[in-house]
This record gives sequence, structure tokens and C-alpha cells, in this order.
Amino acid sequence: MAPPIIIIGAGLAGWTTVRELRKLDQRTPVLLITADSGDFYAKPALSNALQQQRTPAQLVTTPAAKMAATHKVSLLAHTRVLAIDPLTRTLRSTRGEFSYRHLVLATGAQPIRLPLAGDAADQVQSINSLDDFSWFHQRLTGAAGCGDKVVGGGQPLNLQSASEHSRRHVLIMGAGLIGCEFANDLAAAGYRVTVVDPSTGPMTALLPTSASAQLQQALAGLGVRWHFGATVKSVNWVKTKVSMAVAGSARVHQVESILQVELSNGSLAPVDIALSAIGLRSDTTLAQAAGLVCERGIVVDATLQTSSPHIYALGDAAQYATGLWGVPADAAAASVAGARTMPYVMPIMSAARALAATLAGTPTAVAFALMPVAIKTPALPIVVAAPAPGTAGEWRSESSGQWQFMDGQHQVRGFALTGTQTAHRAAQAKLVLA
Amino acid sequence: MKTYLCIVCGFIYDEAAGRPEDGIAPGTRWADVPDTWACPDCGVAKADFEPVEI
Repeated sequence: MAPPIIIIGAGLAGWTTVRELRKLDQRTPVLLITADSGDFYAKPALSNALQQQRTPAQLVTTPAAKMAATHKVSLLAHTRVLAIDPLTRTLRSTRGEFSYRHLVLATGAQPIRLPLAGDAADQVQSINSLDDFSWFHQRLTGAAGCGDKVVGGGQPLNLQSASEHSRRHVLIMGAGLIGCEFANDLAAAGYRVTVVDPSTGPMTALLPTSASAQLQQALAGLGVRWHFGATVKSVNWVKTKVSMAVAGSARVHQVESILQVELSNGSLAPVDIALSAIGLRSDTTLAQAAGLVCERGIVVDATLQTSSPHIYALGDAAQYATGLWGVPADAAAASVAGARTMPYVMPIMSAARALAATLAGTPTAVAFALMPVAIKTPALPIVVAAPAPGTAGEWRSESSGQWQFMDGQHQVRGFALTGTQTAHRAAQAKLVLA
Repeated sequence: MKTYLCIVCGFIYDEAAGRPEDGIAPGTRWADVPDTWACPDCGVAKADFEPVEI
């Protein structure tokens, strides 16, 4: 029997490729290998789960076993691929060796980690998976945080009087899209939030300056404390004495360990949880070791093929080039220059559809339509269609809450909408020159 | 009135609220939402929504 199509990664890119392939081809065997459980969940929902009062378990929309049965795939969960050999079309994993007819790399991206000083630097966490979120949710809502150590106080504590104490304080490094969404979700759910970013405002890479200022104000209105032009220098454990009332009028003191975050601007923030949301980097480890062309991501051509035949990539792992490898002979090198990563949901859906057609036997180039991104900050709803990287021009605002990115020829190349203006996203999208 | 979840991005369609900005009046049953309607957040089709209890 011919070897299967093997897909590495069970995130949105991996599972959507499976779903789309099965719409076209019910018979070709598919093996899905994933380092996690393979449960299907919507990753964008991690950053608004608190307001929707959804627990980590409730975020799983379809368990792995049901996904595998529905789509007729063999699933190897909790399995890591160790090496790929493009010449023999085989791969080696923690569960043995497998041959493939086509291989799909849907390995996603990993959080960028900054080296920080301090004895609690390892406590800084990123949330890039349901497992990460489960840890965070436990830490946030659990009766006691991991670092809490009660010393002294022999009587049962009256937790009612500790409401101020129990309003946990979360520090977020990074005021980009994910940092802002988490800040909004946490602040709206009643947690104390501090955000630190070296730039001058929230989401400055995506938004016009005045839209960024609106968002800054809206989140400040929820109680978010901003530290711009600053970075985190160190994170250390400190013991703090908390005075609490107990039954009757007596007070006890308990000592607990919390995180002391020191900023470059000299501020000290005592916090319960420190999150890093400074960005993601495509996971190219396997691809690079296999000799595939990688830059910021695994470089793929218009058919999602990597520099090696029979190996494809999509999603956060991929860097999308235009054109086809070797057509004309020097095209590959040239196309890499304009290649970009697109770490959003809509490009994954488009790429998975095209790749499924290719895998089913009809080589298909992906076409990315204009893809506005809805930012889940209910304090100030935002829809932004950023201009392609490197587009020369400037943001202009014709009316309140509405911006257009105009190039030198007065063509609209992107737009941003805030508040009630977000209702006009479809009309705005029509104005943008493809 | 029920709610429906975009399994891809987590967007929730609430029948009670409808989606007036897309011309879908409050109280519109899921069955009556046009098949051409797509998730406003991520663009996937109506078929990629599932009923959800919140």
C-alpha cells in the first residue's frame, strides 16, 4: 500500500487541511502526528475566554478522537517528530519511523522569549496553546497561586475579607494584538492589569497613531495600567506580609511569595502572574534540519510547497512567497524577498483549501484576499486591514473612528475602524486596491 | 434563543442579538441566517459553526 499523507501539527492549520482534504478525497490515508493531545479548539478564543466565562475544558470544541474518526485519519498524539529525510521520504518520531507520499508541516510558531534577570525569570509564561492557557487559568482562579506559602495564622482565614488581596495582579509584557486582547479580557473580568511595552502605545505596528491612542484610553478606562517606553529588567520572588481579618475581630499576618517585576523606567510592580506576549517566531526547527529553505518561516511557493518536492507548509510556520519554485529558473530566490508570514486565521483557511486541492491531485495556487483582522478588545472594537509590509503611504482619517492607508497615487491600501465604525468593514474592504 | 460558535475563531452568533451590522435582525433563528453569511471575525462559512451553550 502506498504510504499516507502525513501532517505534522494538530492546530488550526493541520486540522483544517484534513477537513478540506476530506471534502475532496475520502480515501487517501492520512496520518496526523502532534506533540499535544490533538483536541480541536479555537486558539483565538484563548484571549477572550474569561469574559465568556469559558473554562479550558469548555474551549475544546471537538475532542481529538472524534476529530480523527469523523475525518478518517490516524492520529498519533503526544508524539514528536525528530527528523525528516526528504530523499527517502521518511520521518523519525518518538513513536518510530514512517514513510510519507506527501508531508505537511503545520508546526506553528513558538513564543519569542527574552532573557530576563532575576530568580523568578522562569515564571514568565506565554500563552500559545490550550495547555498554556490551562496553566494560566489555574493560576488565576485557583484558591492559591503556586508561589503562595502561608506562614503563621493558625485559625481558618475568612476569605470574604480578602477580596482585595484575591484580585490577582497580572503583568503583561507586550502591547501588541495578543497583549491588548488579554489585557482587555483580564481587566473586564476584574483582575488588575499592568502592560509594559518599549513602544509609544498599544499595537503601534498595526494601527494608526490616533487609533492606538483611542485603544490606550479605552483600556485605561477599564483600569489597565500602561508603561510605555519601558521593558522588564528582572523578575524576582519576594515575600510579602498580608494582613487579614479572621473570624471575630482578630487579625493574622500571612507571608506569601509574589513576583517583583522591575522595569527599565525604575518602577517596581508586585504581581501574581507575569505573561510574555511579545510575539511569535515560526517553528522551523525540523525544516531547517532537513535542509529546507527557511527565513523567518519555512519558505513556500504559491502552491504551499517548500523548497523540497512532496513537502508542504502552511499556517504560522510558513513564510508565503509568490510564484513557483524554479519558474523561471531564478524565481525562487527573487520571490523570497517579498515573502511574509501571516499569523492570522483567515490566511490559514485559504492556504488549507488550496493545499487540500493540491494534495488531492490538482496543483492549486493559493490566493489571499484582503483579510481584515478583528481585534477582540470589546472596550474598543477594532477591525484593521494593514497595508502589505513595505507599502509606502500614510494613514488618513476622514471621519471619527475610520482611517484609510493611502499610497502615493491616492489609492486605498488598507483601513482601520474603531467602535461603531467596525460595522462598515465590508464597505471599506471594497475600497482597497488589491 | 440559542448561540452558535465559530469553531475556527470562537466568534459567537447569538440568535437574540442577531447581527444587525450584517443585516441580520435581532431574534433571527440560526436556520434563517443566509448560507452565504460568513464569520465576521475570520471569514469561515456558516457551515463551520456549531451550537454552543454558554
